[in-house]
Amino acid sequence: MVSFLLRRSGVMLLTALCLTFIVFYLTNLEPNLEKLTKSEGNMRMSDVQVQSWLVKNGYRQPLLKRYGEWLGVAPGWTRTDENGKFTGRCLKRGVDPNNVPKFCGILQGNWGFSLVFKENIGGIIAEKLLLTGKLMLCVLLVMVPTALIIGVIAGMREGSKTDRILSTFSILTTSTPEYVSGVIFIIVFASKFGGLRWFKGTAATAMDNITFANFTLPVITLALYGVGYIARMTRASMAEVMTEQYIRTARLKGLSFGGVVLKHALRNALIAPFTVIILQIPWLLTGVVIVETLFNYKGFGWTLVAAVGNNDIELLLACSVVAVFVVLVTQLISDISYVFLNPRIRVN
Amino acid sequence: MDRLTATEIIIRVLTQFTPVWIGLAVILTLSVLFRKRLGLYGKLFGSPIGVAGLILVLFWVLTAIFADLIATMDPLTQLSGMKNKKPGWPVAGAEGQWYLLGGDNLARDVFSRMVKGSQIVIAIAPAATIFAFMVGITLGLPAGFYGGKLDTSLSFLANLVLAFPVILLFFLLVTPEIRETGVPLVMAGVLFLFPIIFFVLLFQSRFKEQPMKLAIYLTITLVLGFWAYSGLAFNKDPFGVFYMDPNLLNIFVSVVFVNSPTVFRIVRGLTMDIKTRDYVAAAQTRGESPWYIMLWEVLPNARGPLIVDFCLRIGYTTILLGTLGFFGLGVTPESPDWGMTINEGRKLLAVYPHPALPPTIALMTLVLGLNLLADGLREESLRD
Repeated sequence: MVSFLLRRSGVMLLTALCLTFIVFYLTNLEPNLEKLTKSEGNMRMSDVQVQSWLVKNGYRQPLLKRYGEWLGVAPGWTRTDENGKFTGRCLKRGVDPNNVPKFCGILQGNWGFSLVFKENIGGIIAEKLLLTGKLMLCVLLVMVPTALIIGVIAGMREGSKTDRILSTFSILTTSTPEYVSGVIFIIVFASKFGGLRWFKGTAATAMDNITFANFTLPVITLALYGVGYIARMTRASMAEVMTEQYIRTARLKGLSFGGVVLKHALRNALIAPFTVIILQIPWLLTGVVIVETLFNYKGFGWTLVAAVGNNDIELLLACSVVAVFVVLVTQLISDISYVFLNPRIRVN
Repeated sequence: MDRLTATEIIIRVLTQFTPVWIGLAVILTLSVLFRKRLGLYGKLFGSPIGVAGLILVLFWVLTAIFADLIATMDPLTQLSGMKNKKPGWPVAGAEGQWYLLGGDNLARDVFSRMVKGSQIVIAIAPAATIFAFMVGITLGLPAGFYGGKLDTSLSFLANLVLAFPVILLFFLLVTPEIRETGVPLVMAGVLFLFPIIFFVLLFQSRFKEQPMKLAIYLTITLVLGFWAYSGLAFNKDPFGVFYMDPNLLNIFVSVVFVNSPTVFRIVRGLTMDIKTRDYVAAAQTRGESPWYIMLWEVLPNARGPLIVDFCLRIGYTTILLGTLGFFGLGVTPESPDWGMTINEGRKLLAVYPHPALPPTIALMTLVLGLNLLADGLREESLRD
């Protein structure tokens, strides 16, 4: 088990390094750097001026060296210009130049400075993640029980009328991406066109104060797309369990159908959906970006879009690190929990 | 002229779709008549869900084919006085013409844009899925068949791409800046090679003993393949037949790139399962080459799950294209692409809901059709 965990973590670390390097490369492409220079300096800079600005600010070092600096494993660049003024990556305004730390990357907790928000990125990310965390929590609270109930009821009696109806419903939800269901929900429940003005079409006020009216639509929109998938997994797993010998034995022994389902079938049927639910969390990320944009809820997904739209390289990098981290950690949890939950799998 | 009533709008919209109804009737009648001889497709007619899916998919395919007959207006023309007009509004100064589903924010006809938008999806989504399958199959077969180091390294690469949140990958890969650097061209150069490799291996392994036949097939593959390759990937087609807009190429390559690792994993898993079967052992004893076994023994026996996944994946690709459009990364700024139309429409949703609604319903019904079709096919293929 220990060696499995070690190997798994090793692969995860390697993956994380590769992914962050790819993101680093793609966000630091030549045209992006030029755009950055012009927005930092001024729009009318000549090509020569752009190049000299890039050299002065350490952007012309080899890519690997810069990646190392950003990560915090290579010492930050320093430079003394012709007037004897000392500049460097790790030098902040108002700090004694003799007291500058050697390394300043994300490993040291230095996430950089956002150009859009004019704030330290660490703070922004924490704040936005909290907002998105609230959204995700509500979504999971709605999505998981709904999906499990649908799946168990459908899989309980495979091929029955209930099964057909619920399965078709599951297919319908997996065919409705967030930007479709969100738009339809807003029209039906939040505009004068639908007539029912039960909820609000924007969640901007939910950032300070979550209410039933402003948070329902984003949560439902986000939950709906995932419900079908988890329900189908649960149904398949449940249907398989219901054909097992021990279920028949329990039934023949005279136990009621409901008792067999709840006591014998459910526990074994929920192993597979459990890992699917955990793996669904990174899948929700795309949905989060869409829903937060659509409902104007300024959380993590909205920040990602803002960073892309404004060429805010450091913020985009930070968002990517968080996203990649979430994906890899959920994969790890899913792998480990599967081994723990399923006694048939033994790792050696 | 007066505004049309709701009933009149419905009747007119249904009449506009006449070519589609005729096409549907012909195809379905012929299919039902010859269902015994049509294999898996014929069996599909035993499942109501599958038939419902097939009808929805055929509806949009036929709409894309007859789009010019169905559309009442030009999808890009802006007529003065038609901005944000309600459904059924008469076109000023033109007798007998209406904006059947109203006008959008730029005074264009919503109905015609929806109809024309189907062409973009129906052209790109299946093509991108086919390319993703070529890549996934060509890499997944040897990975599953040989195992070992090859499998480990290819799987690591696939997992690398799969660990990327899709949306992040799109934000990084589909930008005007990245087009300046030529990264999409490199990706296209690599990804578009796979169909050629696939067909060369396919014919080479089959006709090794018949040099004449092999030469003919290989010449056709290589000439056609590299002709299309030069045009699609690098826009250097000497005859100008094959061409892809740089923006479209960027989107296409990214969609293929996102989809192929999943196909790779499916093919790899199926191969690992199938290679333990007796007929594979028999082929090995006959002395068949590894590629012959992979392409002519393993692949045909993996077709059931692959066909099902193919349908699902076209639907998923349609959703991905819509997502790209929703974030303004669509094919061209003016194009009637469904995702882009939803994105434009959502900004005025509270006041004018009608421009956003038709493309959402169109996209949903197409994906629903593909998913139902996949479900029907799965059920029928499991029945054997």
